[in-house]
Amino acid sequence: MLSDDLAVRDLTQHMGDNCLILAQRITEWCGHAPMLEEDIALANTGLDLIGQTKNWYEITGNLYSPAITPDQIAFHRNENEFSNFLLVEYPNTDYAVTLMKQFLFDTWHFLAVRQLVIHPNEKIVAVAQKSIKEIQYHRDRSTDLIVRLGDGNEESHAKMQAALKTLWRYTGELIKSNQLNDGDESTPSTIAETYSSTIQSVLRQATLDIPENTGMVYGGTKGVHTEHFSSMISQMQFLPRRYPEAKW
Amino acid sequence: MVETMVSQSSFSEQQIWDWLSEVQDPEIPVVSVVDLGIVRGVKIDQHTVHVTITPTYSGCPATAVIAMDIETTLIERGVENLEIKQNLAPPWTTDWINEEGRKKLFQYGIAPPKQGVACSGALKVSENESVSCPQCLSSDTECVSPFGSTPCKAAYRCRTCREPFDYFKPF
Repeated sequence: MLSDDLAVRDLTQHMGDNCLILAQRITEWCGHAPMLEEDIALANTGLDLIGQTKNWYEITGNLYSPAITPDQIAFHRNENEFSNFLLVEYPNTDYAVTLMKQFLFDTWHFLAVRQLVIHPNEKIVAVAQKSIKEIQYHRDRSTDLIVRLGDGNEESHAKMQAALKTLWRYTGELIKSNQLNDGDESTPSTIAETYSSTIQSVLRQATLDIPENTGMVYGGTKGVHTEHFSSMISQMQFLPRRYPEAKW
Repeated sequence: MVETMVSQSSFSEQQIWDWLSEVQDPEIPVVSVVDLGIVRGVKIDQHTVHVTITPTYSGCPATAVIAMDIETTLIERGVENLEIKQNLAPPWTTDWINEEGRKKLFQYGIAPPKQGVACSGALKVSENESVSCPQCLSSDTECVSPFGSTPCKAAYRCRTCREPFDYFKPF
């Protein structure tokens, strides 16, 4: 296999893994979100992400020999074969964590996919162009809510600040990711800087303080996941693994 | 085989388009898949009718149903060899909804997206964009949530008649 093909396979699988795992987390809220509008917004965001997952995995699957389907990629891989960020697998915990996770991811997602719109591979460009407008809607919503709740009342502020403290350790992996650094992890590119400055500016507006002296945790992109991941994917994969021929 | 070839070539592409304009969107059953700009192309070679469709949103669950409805409709009309292909590029935009589709949406109670507001690269949604209420035509309306009953719609409320309504958001 050509090294270019291998790079495309890894990249599209990584993009798909992030979308799928966050979507799976989001769908856990279905019917339980604090407000009807939020429940619907989350369901729609999850739906977009699952659609994007399928589009990325179609590219991935055709680069395996023999070719495999998006379903096989989603449901028949083991924990250490997923390359999603640790951030997206973090449990929902409460609504503040759910929103903060979404905001930290959406900001990255938009910048990463905007970069992929000018990728040399035309299939990647097609999926990126298809996704970017959806991601913009996701990012606008989560940014708006971070500011409103961070700069809200005492209780909402405290909850958002606690959520930021919980999740901040997982953002190092996003900043160092290949998608923001043109494949060179040692030199942070201007896009990684844009990520940091965007996050900082929104958090300032939200009157939230970035936690100091936080050690960053890495591993997701190399297949080394947190303890939350295996129970989550075992639930996600149970049915197609137990009944491989099951059809709707 | 010879018979099939004869029967396939007896349809014109225009005929196929006409039949497709009878296929309604499963989630908004007043507009057709042609009105919405979901059908991107029809081509007939001597053996097969080729229909190209594009999804509106990446995860729109209606896409699979639409492909099935197109198949059923054309098979009922006697099309025997049919190939439906899905194309992602260029990405669908609300500017592809035709005048007829916009009129039908409005009459159904869904405010249609403004023509020319959507573009393929990035969103150009302006905060102050006025949306007319499909019930009372007032332009004094507000967005309740940019995410509505389907991925393509936002939830709005009219300040004049106080009725909630769907807005097919520019995309």
